[in-house]
Amino acid sequence: MNEIVQQVTDVSAIGGFVALYIFMLAAFTGYEIIAKVPVILHTPLMSGSNFVHGIVLVGAMVAMGNAHNTLELVIGFIGVFLAAGNAVGGYVVTERMLEMFKSSKKPTDGEAGK
Amino acid sequence: MIELLIKVSYFAAAVLFILGLKRMSSPITARGGIVWAGVGMVLATLITFLTPDMGNYLLMTVAIALGGGVAWWTGKRVAMTDMPQMIALYNGMGGGAAAAIACVELLHQAGKPVMNTEVHILAVIGALIGTIAFSGSLIAFAKLQGWMRGVIRFGGQQFFNLGVFVLTVGIGVMIASSGDYSSTMLIAFFVLALVFGVLMTVPIGGADMPVVISLYNALTGLAVGFEGFVLGNPAMMIAGTVVGAAGTLLTQLMARAMNRPITNVLFSNFGGGGSGDGGEVTGSMKAIEAQDVAVMMAFADKVVIVPGYGMAVAQAQHKIWELGQILQNRGVTVKFAIHPVAGRMPGHMNVLLAEAGVPYDIIFDLDEINSEFATSDVSLVIGANDVVNPQARTNPESPIFGMPILDVDKSRNVVVIKRGQGKGFSGIENALFFEDNTRMLYGDGQKMAAELIAQVKELG
Repeated sequence: MNEIVQQVTDVSAIGGFVALYIFMLAAFTGYEIIAKVPVILHTPLMSGSNFVHGIVLVGAMVAMGNAHNTLELVIGFIGVFLAAGNAVGGYVVTERMLEMFKSSKKPTDGEAGK
Repeated sequence: MIELLIKVSYFAAAVLFILGLKRMSSPITARGGIVWAGVGMVLATLITFLTPDMGNYLLMTVAIALGGGVAWWTGKRVAMTDMPQMIALYNGMGGGAAAAIACVELLHQAGKPVMNTEVHILAVIGALIGTIAFSGSLIAFAKLQGWMRGVIRFGGQQFFNLGVFVLTVGIGVMIASSGDYSSTMLIAFFVLALVFGVLMTVPIGGADMPVVISLYNALTGLAVGFEGFVLGNPAMMIAGTVVGAAGTLLTQLMARAMNRPITNVLFSNFGGGGSGDGGEVTGSMKAIEAQDVAVMMAFADKVVIVPGYGMAVAQAQHKIWELGQILQNRGVTVKFAIHPVAGRMPGHMNVLLAEAGVPYDIIFDLDEINSEFATSDVSLVIGANDVVNPQARTNPESPIFGMPILDVDKSRNVVVIKRGQGKGFSGIENALFFEDNTRMLYGDGQKMAAELIAQVKELG
């Protein structure tokens, strides 16, 4: 109960309208970031954004850390497990894809030089 | 003091995420971008261990090690061709995690008076979206992985789905509007949301999956953002919302590239046979031998290679590039033509060709290459189907009518490497295969490519 009171006060500390502003600005940021992306980077970028919402891990940890009973603990455990999978898996596949983009630069240059 | 440290770290993480995503939008800085975002993630995760009044550290570490370990292992091993379904899988995990957070929070508050209505409502919405993204992504994964074949449809399906959705939202409203709910109601809410995610995804054909995965990616982002508001965690709020917005735009871009409005993807019966088949394709498919194809290409001025996902499945990209290089050495101009939705997602085919070492300056997208088909001697189609189907231009009855296609049929000769005579991924008959200037080279992509290499070499 204490934690909830604290979390609720946390939010009220940010304030309903300030939260709305954050939401609006973050939404525009996301839109702008992707608007200029070339098609060749769409897949890696989708993968990259998939990694970024892996930040859910932080929330899952807090939820699990505040679990009061076994049921909450079990659900929290599942949440942390899933979130860690999201973050780590998202990173690994994005990194692998982007790494290839880099190594392909060399043959490109070589070919252009012919 | 620790509180301040935590706040600063979350702020830094949010900045790193945005800068990382920004860098990922240019090929030159992309590699660095994911590293920046990764640093932000590690920072945020480590600092969260310092959050006051938490327990269960041991189990928490175990959960992170297990989830991270499994994902690391699978992510390192997966073939490039299978990337889309892995993204779907990891995305589904994120949605499930957001739902789990909401579940724990709602369990806390069950049977107690609601203290903060907005927070309560956001928790319920986040739970709904996250759960749908979870089960929907898992179905998308199962479909692309080949664990689940075909589409499942039944009469009145859309009304049934609508009914399930209304029921789910109804229970959600009851939970959100008062603290007076039981765990049974919570369970019913989550189970219904899970079922809806499944119902929503099973009728969608494989060809539309990239759009669906992208949509679920955006939904997971939103769910994470909402749960961030619930927990009062700015890093989650910002990262989740940014991904939600970026993912929505990306979904639109993809749907536009396929000329399929998102509502169509979600609510129509694509490739479901029936009337939309436009099955009045006449004529016959004409087979050809590898030897004749080799002669045709070796003495051509210009050859355009049109690769599709089938080429990647056959792992033929290396052989095809070897063939391309041999032709180049004979003085033939070789170009690659990539449809925006070649592969399973926009840009997926570029990744696969990059893996094989094909230089960028001979890869062209639809707008750049379409005028060139008329002057090309041979177009070699390997593993592509719907994206070269002229019915998209000519037959208003066809389900793919209006989709931009590569005008392969306008080149002097078309050679299609294909495993058999069956229909493609979407189940639509391809008029290109019946054209007078089209010849079919039946066989496995990789074997046929090797055969062509051998035959061209023999010509000296």
